[in-house]
Amino acid sequence: MSEKGCNCGCNCQENRAAQFADLAPVLEQYAKVPGSLITILQKTQDIYGYLSMDAINYISEMTGIKPAKIYGVATFYAQFRLKPVGKNLIMLCQGTACHVNGSEAIEEAISEHLAIKDGETTEDGIFTLNNVACLGCCSLAPVMMVKNADGDETYGNLTKDSVKKILDEIRERA
Amino acid sequence: MKVVIGQGSCGVATGAKKTAAEFERLIAEKNLDVAVDITGCVGTCYLEPIVDVYEDNGEMTRYVKVQPDKVEKIVEEHLVGGNAFAEQAISEEDKQFVEKQQRVVLRNCGVINPEDIEEYIAVDGYKAIEKVLKEMKPEEVIEEIKVSGLRGRGGAGFPTWFKWNACKASPGTEKYLVCNADEGDPGAFMDRSVLEGDPHSLIEGMIIGGYAMGATQGVIYCRAEYPLAIKRLEIAMAQAREKGFLGKDIFGSGFDFDIYIKAGAGAFVCGEETALIASLEGERGMPRLKPPFPAAKGFWQKPTDINNVETLANVPWIIYNGGAAFGAMGTEKSKGTKVFALAGKIKKGGLVEVPMGMTLREVLYGIGGGIKNDKEFKAVQMGGPSGGCIPASLIDTPVTYEDINKTGAIVGSGGMIVMDEDTCMVDMARYFLNFTRDESCGKCNYCRIGTKRMLEILERITEGKGKDGDIELLEELAMKIKDGSMCGLGQTAPNPVLTTIKYFRNEYEDHIYNKKCTAGSCKALVTYSINDDCKGCTLCSRHCPVDAISGSVKEKHVIDPEKCIKCGKCLDTCKFGAIDKK
Repeated sequence: MSEKGCNCGCNCQENRAAQFADLAPVLEQYAKVPGSLITILQKTQDIYGYLSMDAINYISEMTGIKPAKIYGVATFYAQFRLKPVGKNLIMLCQGTACHVNGSEAIEEAISEHLAIKDGETTEDGIFTLNNVACLGCCSLAPVMMVKNADGDETYGNLTKDSVKKILDEIRERA
Repeated sequence: MKVVIGQGSCGVATGAKKTAAEFERLIAEKNLDVAVDITGCVGTCYLEPIVDVYEDNGEMTRYVKVQPDKVEKIVEEHLVGGNAFAEQAISEEDKQFVEKQQRVVLRNCGVINPEDIEEYIAVDGYKAIEKVLKEMKPEEVIEEIKVSGLRGRGGAGFPTWFKWNACKASPGTEKYLVCNADEGDPGAFMDRSVLEGDPHSLIEGMIIGGYAMGATQGVIYCRAEYPLAIKRLEIAMAQAREKGFLGKDIFGSGFDFDIYIKAGAGAFVCGEETALIASLEGERGMPRLKPPFPAAKGFWQKPTDINNVETLANVPWIIYNGGAAFGAMGTEKSKGTKVFALAGKIKKGGLVEVPMGMTLREVLYGIGGGIKNDKEFKAVQMGGPSGGCIPASLIDTPVTYEDINKTGAIVGSGGMIVMDEDTCMVDMARYFLNFTRDESCGKCNYCRIGTKRMLEILERITEGKGKDGDIELLEELAMKIKDGSMCGLGQTAPNPVLTTIKYFRNEYEDHIYNKKCTAGSCKALVTYSINDDCKGCTLCSRHCPVDAISGSVKEKHVIDPEKCIKCGKCLDTCKFGAIDKK
């Protein structure tokens, strides 16, 4: 067993490496490069959709950075999620222009339509709703971006009705 | 012949990709000899998707709002028939939006293909860096920037030459030039447009800056919310490397410079230089004490210069055309042009680049076309969460760093959010405080706890529970937060509250003493009622979730205010405009 692993004589270390096999190339590239923690966490989230405690512990083992510090960084930045997300991540813009043009009403419409609040995931795991600061499409306010395995798509000039229609279409495709 | 489709994020959001696919399909189907190309954001976001058709002689026809179903007509009339399809072409009035501007930073946005370095080279791209490396000493470059009067376009407006000079003067051979592309102000998007539409001008600006201050490594700290910008930057950097503009011994001068991108992870405070550096080092983005300033001890404790995207994108133009040409635009202290992002309740939203010193009226009415639905202009918010609201009475203020500061707002990164009579100023203050409360890093007590306390007071006012003395309490807290915070976030967080109290105190008083929101925006203070236009169609009562509406068919209905939860469903469903919201 390595000095950082346990000494119980089991093969948990190898099991863990197998569990995080997808992460191996990322860690190989960045684990020893100073200042790369955020990049590692971003790539981990890209692969698994969120940062599990297991993943945080594993990254700690491989980089030598204490889990508490990784957790500190992960909770500091808005981008990182510690819970799994649905197949479609709705990033609803709450920037100033969107706010002025009624993004709160859009949020209410989504919440009502999908029965989830900001940060929650639908029971069927198809949608997660996240409020975000600004998507930079201010002239098309209110705006949302929907992220899924196919990439991300931005929808502008939303109304309470159009947003429901868009979500229904996505649900049909899922 | 060539068809060019604007594919910045706003274009894509309105369906530009589908439009492009439709063009490609029809061109292939009809076997036409027409190329389909992309470009960045033209800036006229309200007209997206935008399609430019170029004749072989260079003449261009611009089509606007080209949804996929409009493509066939354009293909038939123009590409096949050879006649412009006037119905879909841009109007003379809309042409003014661009023609009234003076474009330096946005000179190539919406003109060239951002994914093709040859197009950038064709518009004199990389000529400035060639001139610098072949003819100029670093101090001459800094002198040229000094002559231009260029000031930081990210917020504080600090003279760029001074920062470069400080970094150059710092001892050491390992220095960094960091580009802050973490456009955090919710409501500004000029940096995104430059990154997506003209990434090479930023790259060239960085190489010039690197040479001037003796830095060999550049870092672009870009928001993760801008995936398209990151993609285009990566393409541009790879092309520049291939051409030998990035890497070792650029233009045979012996000067080495390269750039890498670091994706930010979403923290407004990282706009603060030292917090940005902490984030680059993989830490929580918390500000550090200054001095030492980054120019002395920055990234990895090495001398570091940090400039914003728009600032750096100006640099190649300044070097190529001379600092004096840039300095000739604008006013004595605020030189050159500045890009503003028009959004909110404005008719023509988009990006506008004008010489500094133009009045707000000229920008908002002359170019932006005035207020949506011809409502009454109430205020314009400038500088985002660090800025303030400028009321309608000050609309003739010239847009310069000094004049805007005098109003209590700041030029900031150039976001202009326009508000009309339906926008509640207390709610705006609450919105910004909610933002800064969320984004405070938590290091300084006054910023961490003070913004929360201010937010609670503002929430209570907008909920109709405001108390006598709340305004004074807000003012007192605001001053203490300003004094008790280490970095710009806390020092400026109270600005939106202070400016709205300064110019719209009556609205605060209305909320607190009369329990009224004149803009009709604060839910708790609004009442719904049915007027005489009611036809008794019963639609509203069927949609009311709490059975608050009663009345028989074909008779006027009534809302029971005791039961009403102010959800607004009745207003949304009524087809006769019979619901009043006051």
